[in-house]
Amino acid sequence: MSTKTDFGPPNYKDLLPPVVEQNYGQWKFHERLKPGLLRHVADSGAELYTVRVGSPRLVSTDWIRDVCAIADLYCDGYVRFTSRHNLEFLVSDKDKVEPLMAFLRTQGYSIGGTGHAISNPVHTQGWIHCHTPATDASGIVKAVMDDLHEYFVDTKLPAYCRISLACCLNMCGAVHCSDIAILGIHRKPPKINHEIVQAKCEIPNVIAACPTGAIRPDPKNKSLTVNEDRCMYCGNCYTMCPGMPLADPIGDGVSIWVGGKISSARTPPKFSRLVIPFLPNHPPRWPEVTSAVRNIVEVWASHAHKHERMGEWIERIGWERFFDLSGIPFEVQLIDDFTLASETFRSTPTFKW
Amino acid sequence: MSETPMLDELEQGPWPSFVTEMKRAAEKKEAARDLINQLERSYVDRIGHWKHGGIVGVKGYGGGVIGRYSDLPEEFPAVAEFHTFRVNQPSGWFYTTEKLRQLCDVWDKHGSGLTNMHGATGDIILLGAPTSALQPCFDDLAEIGFDLGGSGSDMRTPSCCVGPGRCEYACIDTLDILYDVTMEYQNELHRPMFPYKSKIKISGCANDCVAAVPRSDIAIIGTWRDQIQVDQAAVAQYAAEGFDITGEVIALCPTKCMEYDAAAGTLHIEDSECNRCMHCLNLMSKALRIGKERGATILVGGKAPIVHGAMLSHVIVPFMKMEPPYTEFKELLEKIWDWWDENGKMRERLGELINRLGMRTFLKAVDLPPAPQMIRIPRANPYYFWDPEEVK
Repeated sequence: MSTKTDFGPPNYKDLLPPVVEQNYGQWKFHERLKPGLLRHVADSGAELYTVRVGSPRLVSTDWIRDVCAIADLYCDGYVRFTSRHNLEFLVSDKDKVEPLMAFLRTQGYSIGGTGHAISNPVHTQGWIHCHTPATDASGIVKAVMDDLHEYFVDTKLPAYCRISLACCLNMCGAVHCSDIAILGIHRKPPKINHEIVQAKCEIPNVIAACPTGAIRPDPKNKSLTVNEDRCMYCGNCYTMCPGMPLADPIGDGVSIWVGGKISSARTPPKFSRLVIPFLPNHPPRWPEVTSAVRNIVEVWASHAHKHERMGEWIERIGWERFFDLSGIPFEVQLIDDFTLASETFRSTPTFKW
Repeated sequence: MSETPMLDELEQGPWPSFVTEMKRAAEKKEAARDLINQLERSYVDRIGHWKHGGIVGVKGYGGGVIGRYSDLPEEFPAVAEFHTFRVNQPSGWFYTTEKLRQLCDVWDKHGSGLTNMHGATGDIILLGAPTSALQPCFDDLAEIGFDLGGSGSDMRTPSCCVGPGRCEYACIDTLDILYDVTMEYQNELHRPMFPYKSKIKISGCANDCVAAVPRSDIAIIGTWRDQIQVDQAAVAQYAAEGFDITGEVIALCPTKCMEYDAAAGTLHIEDSECNRCMHCLNLMSKALRIGKERGATILVGGKAPIVHGAMLSHVIVPFMKMEPPYTEFKELLEKIWDWWDENGKMRERLGELINRLGMRTFLKAVDLPPAPQMIRIPRANPYYFWDPEEVK
């Protein structure tokens, strides 16, 4: 058999529910009827109900088959997934909505993630399947969402809160613009294995990969040296060269960043900012991480105005007030010393005590 | 006693458990069982147990399969080779159950039975197959019409929001643009030939549900340039139902281009001052609709930190019509790729190259006129260039 190539993904036109096909581009408005339930109405008057449920993202084919069986019963065989890895049952028969939601509850699905809620955290592979992680991904997400489950299944927050996790600085998830970002970090420089460097690495490429210029050639050993005072453990050299591993049980852990935003609604997109430089890896439930995240969520929820995202709230009250209200100690690592650091320094004596 | 007490703990609690999913797969697949055992070991050791890299693939393609090898193959032989397929998702992640079951059948036959629905870039991730299974698995995927996505220094699998499929804010046909662009650039998707990865993401409005601005080298964001359509009767209905139009909408409008006359029950928008941020439409979707003259803003340069720091995409085309076959966009995309391919160093993303050589050089190379919409604020330093042709 000769394999065909370059035929592309399945054509979406063959996968749309009839109500979508008939009202394509003609949607008039939507409303959030209750947590996890949306109603979209088209100009034609046609309705589409969406029931959103959380997913662990790492799922078995059995889970997919379960979902298919449910979608056959209630959704004429159509489902979709969201950009935050939620699952959506698309129901065109109004009478099937409540029975579907009741059935999903009996099966233990978490219905929610709509409106002013904490949606499904975007996350990476972690120890399950990545070669450069500084922490696990699925385990922390599970622990955090078990703890914050009430905010997924309800809409009692001031605004959306997007939590994301990346297990290293490569950031396979969009964590750098999240309301709360959990980011795996290393704290020890690479341990150079000269034999592997000699055998497997392109030395100029490894030198070029270092953002701080900490790597120099070591002609005597036909290898490399690292100026450890300049290394900030980004792991780029290891990505280029397997002879420079830096994972370490003591050095590795988690940092917490807050106030990022993707949407341009009201205010432009923002980067998340570092507020906790290090928390240890304590599997299986990472208690230091779950309590730090809950604290940040609750301080924001109890102080922000309606519709005010984490970053918008902090900009209004000022970062010094954020540290005051959250009780998070201000550590020297929070002060930028990379290339555009001075843009983050305060140039006015107008601040709060 | 269980051999995986830490992972067992993560079957407790209300959030759906990935451990339960791994155990379900492990009932049928030895690889899934060894994956659990190796992960438990990582939880004990507090360190990952996958080796660095390894090049694997299928015939005719340079990407789409990620090589993964255990560093404890003697203890966990069933994951000694545990490679990943990135499978190109359909636009907007719409599926029929028939299509999903076909996918499950193929993956149950060849792989671990574990997947990510979906990966961070948007692909379907089929997690874990030995080297010998790769080509037969791809052959079967091809039979059911699923092609591979991108990996390495290629066009990565583009993604888009739900768009006109189910959203009244869709200013452009995100699903069709995605399918069209993906089909047009199959070679760029499947055969790494660029300095580094190149990501394209398409959002139908400024809410940016696929994070195009932070995450893509080339972002297409739907917008309009005429007036927001106002249904005053529906505005009055919001007020009658007790919705606080002044407090929740007018007061939060970033450009203060709106007024609400509570006595008359009417809303006035000074559209020329509106920056189309979507806040009012998000809150009053029954009364406000996007304008009729629709298109997209094109932004470039977004990326995560590696190598020289995270960047947000920035505007290079304030407004472009987006109608099939999207010729204007494709011509621009090809000019951008050509310039980047010509000038980019190894592992230099588009945004980093623009930073290094300057927006002036970039705009000239891709033949775009400067516009104030491209910047937040003009420069504050006097270090700028002139072309000798301009000094006469």
